[in-house]
Amino acid sequence: MIAGIELGLIYAIMALGVYLTFRVLDFPDLTVDQSFTSGAATAAMVILHGGSPWLATVVGFVAGAFAGLITALLHTKARINGLLAGILTMTALYSVNLRLMGGKANLALLREETVFTPLREAGLQGTVVGVLLLLVGVLLVKLALDWFLYTDAGLAMQATGDNPEMIRSFGVNTDRQKILGLCLSNALVGLSGALIAQYQGFADIGMGIGMIVVGLASVILGQGIFGTRTVVIATLAVILGSVLYRLVITVALQAGLNPSDMKLISAVLVVIALVLPQLGVYKRWKRHRTLRAAQAVQADVRSHARRTVDAGVSGRTGA
Amino acid sequence: MLNVQDVRKTFFAGTVNERVALNGVSLTVNPGDFVTVIGSNGAGKSTLLNTVSGTIIPDSGRITVGDRDVTRLPEHRKATWISRVFQDPMKGSSPTLSIEQNMAIAQRRGRSRGLARGVTRARRHEFEQELKTLELGLEHRLGAKVGLLSGGQRQALSLLMATFSAPEILLLDEHTAALDPQRAQHVTEITERIVNERHLTTLMVTHNMEQALRLGNRLIMMHEGRILFELDAQQKAEATVADLLAEFRKLQAATGEPALDDATLLETARSAEPAGAPSRGARAHGAPTGGSSAPGVSPEGH
Repeated sequence: MIAGIELGLIYAIMALGVYLTFRVLDFPDLTVDQSFTSGAATAAMVILHGGSPWLATVVGFVAGAFAGLITALLHTKARINGLLAGILTMTALYSVNLRLMGGKANLALLREETVFTPLREAGLQGTVVGVLLLLVGVLLVKLALDWFLYTDAGLAMQATGDNPEMIRSFGVNTDRQKILGLCLSNALVGLSGALIAQYQGFADIGMGIGMIVVGLASVILGQGIFGTRTVVIATLAVILGSVLYRLVITVALQAGLNPSDMKLISAVLVVIALVLPQLGVYKRWKRHRTLRAAQAVQADVRSHARRTVDAGVSGRTGA
Repeated sequence: MLNVQDVRKTFFAGTVNERVALNGVSLTVNPGDFVTVIGSNGAGKSTLLNTVSGTIIPDSGRITVGDRDVTRLPEHRKATWISRVFQDPMKGSSPTLSIEQNMAIAQRRGRSRGLARGVTRARRHEFEQELKTLELGLEHRLGAKVGLLSGGQRQALSLLMATFSAPEILLLDEHTAALDPQRAQHVTEITERIVNERHLTTLMVTHNMEQALRLGNRLIMMHEGRILFELDAQQKAEATVADLLAEFRKLQAATGEPALDDATLLETARSAEPAGAPSRGARAHGAPTGGSSAPGVSPEGH
């Protein structure tokens, strides 16, 4: 259980990256599957060559950013469809990652010093204190992302996903926003990969396969339950979603399912999380909530208006 | 201020669908001018606006703002000087962001966006003052998501967002056409006030002849990608909707084609009726049923 929560917290950093592209930029980025491995592979190589584990973690972050940059350039400069751009980068990166790993499909880090070594030596790994320390680390990443999304640059990025036509008319180069967003997103994914490799003691060429589905499951699950009212809530929901996802997997394994069934479980989870909101009850509830929110705003606004203000509700909200 | 010289644009050139949208348009807009643009569907009004804003790059010709040649600049670079309000109220603001966040985005139009906080206390206070001028009460819900506002409120907000950071040129693309008459009336009033107060150089496309005559100090009429005639301030002040219709009929007689579409006729008729009477659905398409009731307007030629 504790191990599930720990994994959930580290994978949450990857899920935050997926949130940035999938939700904020409205860009389905499949690069994630291999940028995760790139982060793990580069970090493992740095550690095996005697580099500091912290340097290795930073290198994983940068490697992820590079992967994102390639997808972004394919999409914005070469005008290739976003999904296809991600698939192309992902495919190419498989070979690149194998090269990065020196032609080996698996790099063991078991006896190497990692960022988790102090935790392990203090006997904290797998304890509540260990979880809390990890939680603090993940929350720092979350707060940095929150802070960024509330800056002038971050608002422009949010608007790029929300209404590209509008933000262009205010002088923002939407291509540049996508490049920046994809780099940042995949950097987080690479960071998560670097940490997972160190946590589990190896980097594997196949460790990123299906990662986008895991990320989506975390984002959709978490935000479906905890909401997206503000960025602060939305990113917290992603972290909780990631932990929840790991717990579901843990329970499924304990119930006797095979570890090789995990990808099936992930995909089914995402399908459920995508279909549930389409059910009548949920829709009605959501509509009701949006309407209530709109009515509250309208009532407040109208009571202060000096003009006869039009009633009625428009548009969509993320509420 | 704004100079358009012999601008041409052909869509789908070399195909059976080839369509000349702008056929040598020249226009000089002086600082402080408020030019209204009327014309039938396909006359090139929107294409003209889009070439000025940068969403469409012209095939030939030259567009300058002040001394700067901006002909081939993309839209986001032109935003430094040019600001616009779209026809669709949903297009001018970001629905999942709050009112104050949208204002913060608008405030930095055409300037660099760094890592400073988007909405600070000082800025919030400024936004409050700006929003107060709309008299819609929006300043009391700065944190509300824009998606919760009505179409009229969103369009008023779009107008404020486009203007409060003092653009050199304001483009209005039928920005009241998607609203019902009462809300359109409000937004028109706000437009008039803002443009006058801030002395904005404005180019406004409209379907509504009454609006085209009431607002602004110049009026141009376009047809088939050309500017057919222009009224200066004095001529415009003396002209009536009936005069404009007469011009359209003359054109119709000359070309044998209807120079006015139903939408324009209905729009004209509608503005002559008491506000609120005709429904939005009535003007959405073709049938000139709702238009015949207005005095002096008979949708002939159909």
